[in-house]
Amino acid sequence: MSALVVRGISRSFGGIQALLDVSFEVAPGTVHGLIGPNGAGKTTLINVLSGLLAPTNGRVVYRGRDLHRLPPHQVAGLGIARTFQNIRLFPTMTCLENVLAGQHLKAARPLLPRLLRLPAAAREEAGLQTQALATLARVGLQSKADHPARNLSYGERRRLEIARALAVDPSLLLLDEPVAGMRRRESAEVADLVRALAGQGMTILLIEHNMSFVMSLCARITVLNFGRVITTGGRDEVRAHPEVIAAYLGTEEHHA
Amino acid sequence: MEQLAQFYAVYGSVINFIGINALLALSLNVTLAAGLLSLGNAAFAGLGGYTAGVLTVHFKLPFVLSICSGGLVAALCGLVVGLPVLRLRGVFLAMATLAFGEVVRIAAVNLEITGGAEGLTIPKVTETWMIYLALAGFAYFLAVLRRTRLGWGLVSMREDETAAACLGIHITYYKVLAFMLGAMMAGVAGGMYAHLNYLITPRDFGFFIAVDLLIYNIVGGTRVWYGPILGAALLTALPEILRGIGVAAGPIRMFVNGLILLLVILFLPNGLASLFTRRRPVPAKLEAA
Amino acid sequence: MNLLAQQLINGVFIGSVYGLFAVGYTLVFGVLDILNLAHAAVFTLAGLSAVWLVQTGGLSIWIAFPLATLMAGLLGLLLNQVAFVPLRKRADSQFSGLISSIAMAIIFESACLGLFGARSVRFPQGTVAVQVWHVAGVTITSLQVGIVLTAALLMVVLHLFIRRTRTGKAIRAVAENERAAMLLGVNVNGIIAWTFFISSALGGAAGILYGLYFDQLGPDMGRSIELKGLAVIILGGMGSIPGAILGGVAFGLSEVLTVAITGTSNLRDAVAFTVLFTILLLRPSGLLGRVKLREA
Repeated sequence: MSALVVRGISRSFGGIQALLDVSFEVAPGTVHGLIGPNGAGKTTLINVLSGLLAPTNGRVVYRGRDLHRLPPHQVAGLGIARTFQNIRLFPTMTCLENVLAGQHLKAARPLLPRLLRLPAAAREEAGLQTQALATLARVGLQSKADHPARNLSYGERRRLEIARALAVDPSLLLLDEPVAGMRRRESAEVADLVRALAGQGMTILLIEHNMSFVMSLCARITVLNFGRVITTGGRDEVRAHPEVIAAYLGTEEHHA
Repeated sequence: MEQLAQFYAVYGSVINFIGINALLALSLNVTLAAGLLSLGNAAFAGLGGYTAGVLTVHFKLPFVLSICSGGLVAALCGLVVGLPVLRLRGVFLAMATLAFGEVVRIAAVNLEITGGAEGLTIPKVTETWMIYLALAGFAYFLAVLRRTRLGWGLVSMREDETAAACLGIHITYYKVLAFMLGAMMAGVAGGMYAHLNYLITPRDFGFFIAVDLLIYNIVGGTRVWYGPILGAALLTALPEILRGIGVAAGPIRMFVNGLILLLVILFLPNGLASLFTRRRPVPAKLEAA
Repeated sequence: MNLLAQQLINGVFIGSVYGLFAVGYTLVFGVLDILNLAHAAVFTLAGLSAVWLVQTGGLSIWIAFPLATLMAGLLGLLLNQVAFVPLRKRADSQFSGLISSIAMAIIFESACLGLFGARSVRFPQGTVAVQVWHVAGVTITSLQVGIVLTAALLMVVLHLFIRRTRTGKAIRAVAENERAAMLLGVNVNGIIAWTFFISSALGGAAGILYGLYFDQLGPDMGRSIELKGLAVIILGGMGSIPGAILGGVAFGLSEVLTVAITGTSNLRDAVAFTVLFTILLLRPSGLLGRVKLREA
């Protein structure tokens, strides 16, 4: 029983066919890779999955639930969280606040107890802060909790985005180039985190250009090119697939 | 005690105006906090003020009921106008709310029940303590609101709407809510204002007032609850202060207003309140709300 | 029937002034995605300055007009330098630019008040020799014709400038994609300065023509046209110059017709703003505007 079923997704912009008949399935609790040259349509697909973009054709089904025409906040409500290729943090908030903001779906924070300053409100808030700090610790940013997000290094910002996505307590995590621009040690730590999350039962769809990162984590990989799926298969299959190799020939690929 | 009474006799009306303007500035703050550049709150104040005034004068309703009705009417209008309008981005939203404001003002000028251009005469009921009580209430409410789910959602939306949506925040719903809340607060403020000076005219709720409210927020700062109050207080009191040092109404006063706004936006973009707000470092352990 | 024709003619006349004013607005918006709310203040300053030049300076209108227009252009440069350049690097430059334009508007208006006083003035008698013609049952004055011709001439010059000259093309490039233009070697800051110069000059010219047309100028003449100008550029499409001209004429016509139909000028603005409101809801890009707005 697949967690995520993508069936025949197409999306065009004016005359440009960004995605054409994309289909693949992701098994629950696995890390599934999504690779392809620049412009292949990977981020467009993630935008469709997270509800930011409507497909012109096709269906996405998550845990039996059709995601058709669901707005992004409802998609998140189904347990799907994501990071962004261009990083969309809340710049003037601190790291901790970014994560606290991510708790939206999980934190009731009701008005009345706060107006009346009931102890229950303080307890709830304290609990949320502890949780947020713990989430920051998972990505190794607990020491930067009170730093404004915009002061972080590039790699730290990517990690913060992951932390914020984790605050949603998702069952499906869509990572869009989570280790772009990271050094080997940093990306290794993220790889450990991803492995741990999958071990806990989270399903992860991973876009990355860093091939060794992808290969070390993903048992199954879908390859896109020009908006179409070239193939979906195990990592060895994909590595040896002639069309995949051809698609990457001529492009400088970053092998960490 | 004598001196206090004397002070009040001279400056009472300024104190009242500071209170009203602070209420109005706060009402706009809710909307701005959601990232909505609305110039409609003067119109909502007008709707609330005229509703309350008409209810008091023509239907003999008691004061509190009139005010609340005014707030309610304004909130409803906020809903009706907000739903279609809040899809618009930035500058377009500003213009739509501006257009709405002008239509309301022109309606007030042309309708019989609002007394036309000469305005509506309303008995004075509002006292200074009422204004400041309402102000304290609103300010407390807004300060607490920041720490609720809605508050966090609004701030997130303002920082990055797309990311906020993907975190589960229902953007449209929150925008309409913030808009309605601001409208309601403006309506209540308008109702109180209506019962303050015996007379309200459509001019009181026009384009320039709408821009003034925005300026109070910018100068004071939109990120903390006391920012708009600070801005409203300073800019309302400024003419008095200037008069005290010999500068009468006219070009210089106007120039100072413009200059303050320019200096703030260039050098202190988070308003004067940012001079007082220090980033509170979050301790690495439990912290009470 | 003649009355209708007369109204239509009047509508076109006033519409051309609106259009000229709106073109300046839309030019800045097209290039910078910023609404310059100080535009109306420049409009006012130029009009009042022209009156001063003619009345106190004794200059002929044929000299005062270009002089005041030039001054308006220079004010635009000042505006850009003081209020917009420092904010260009900011993430929220669209919003903060709007605010600082409001601040400059207030400052410019205070200058108007201080320099020219609060009373309304008019161009002295005989500034322009006015002939009245009766053609096909409608009355036209040479002044009106002159105003339309001047507005049209300016707009044609602008059109040629944008289309044919190198600077004009550079302006279009920056409006289309600032980054790309910069990478292609365009001096973006210089182009922006040019844009403000042209935009404010046109706004100033509109102010002078407006003053000539209505025979009355005062420090608050910018008030009414500010909102109308916004309505016009929304109607015509923000960022579109032909749209601004078209929108201006359409707006002028709608104003005049509303007064003619309802018999009173009270509802004139209400109709205008309702139209504006409706357009924003249905088609924010206006008649001819770009459909996409640069992401804030």
